[in-house]
Amino acid sequence: MKSESTELITIITGTRKGLGKALAEHLLGKGHQVVGCSRREGTIEHENYEHFRVDVSDETSVRKMIRAIVKKWGRIDVLLNNAGMASMNHLLLTPTRTVEKVFNTNFLGTFLFIREVAKKMQKKKFGRIVNYTTVAVPLDLEGEAVYAASKAAVESLTKVAAKELGGFNITVNAIGPTPVATDLIKNVPENKIQELLEQQSVKRMGTEEDVINVVDFFIKPESEFINGQIIYLGGVN
Amino acid sequence: MSLEKIEGLIIEILHELAEEEKFKSFLEANTDTPLYGGSSLLESIDLVGLLADLEDAVADEFDIDIIIADERAMSQRISPFRSVRSLTNYVQKLIDKVEVE
Repeated sequence: MKSESTELITIITGTRKGLGKALAEHLLGKGHQVVGCSRREGTIEHENYEHFRVDVSDETSVRKMIRAIVKKWGRIDVLLNNAGMASMNHLLLTPTRTVEKVFNTNFLGTFLFIREVAKKMQKKKFGRIVNYTTVAVPLDLEGEAVYAASKAAVESLTKVAAKELGGFNITVNAIGPTPVATDLIKNVPENKIQELLEQQSVKRMGTEEDVINVVDFFIKPESEFINGQIIYLGGVN
Repeated sequence: MSLEKIEGLIIEILHELAEEEKFKSFLEANTDTPLYGGSSLLESIDLVGLLADLEDAVADEFDIDIIIADERAMSQRISPFRSVRSLTNYVQKLIDKVEVE
């Protein structure tokens, strides 16, 4: 049944752990109705949270999920394309299957969610979409060729989508975090992290709060004039 | 599934668009109304919206999930989106395909 509720209906991909889970909990605290997804069971218990088991690169499952959400709540206001996969390796040692997996999750997943959710947002002439990139793109970090390339694709997608969807009053922006202590970077050697921090103007690890701050900025009502922007954390340009 | 039903869904969406002044003439929309190309009132962004709405309408009406802008549609020499009639026929084909599968 469609609800006439005024709370924001927010989709966050990859909510089982890490930043996605922290963001979901933050937005639940602010009164959003949050719908999350991951390939495995959800880990968030909240009356305003619903979880779908979805592979973000599977077109049929993504469409099913979006249809179910619109059937229940009538609309989608916010989409956070948080689900991501990292691969740290020298390119000479990177298996083809890894390239496919990283691009499927990071680029194709983001593309599918934008396409399907924007189809619903355009009806209501409102939407806020936030994609995820990384400082590995502007810093051209060695050992991250595939990961950075997949996120560079997300950056291009963000900027073109912002133009194509702007006419529907949908904004599309991206955040580029520095390393945040999550599972995504658990296999990166300490000296590599240190080298990266040295390239930031603010030389510390990022936190969940740093990411939440930028997401809050992108999705707040006053940000309707902010579109097609990439914001990196840590003073990286 | 009848062609009339599909055409009805398209015309219903055109009637909704007719609430905007520039699309007022869609109140008289019929099977020959152009949707795409020089003689259509629709800008490409409007057509994108119409196709998205039509996917929803088909899902609601027939409980069938189709993607209208599929590879076949985008690669045809003559666009299946050019008129209400051609779009109706194309959607019918997509529905038939899903039903066979």
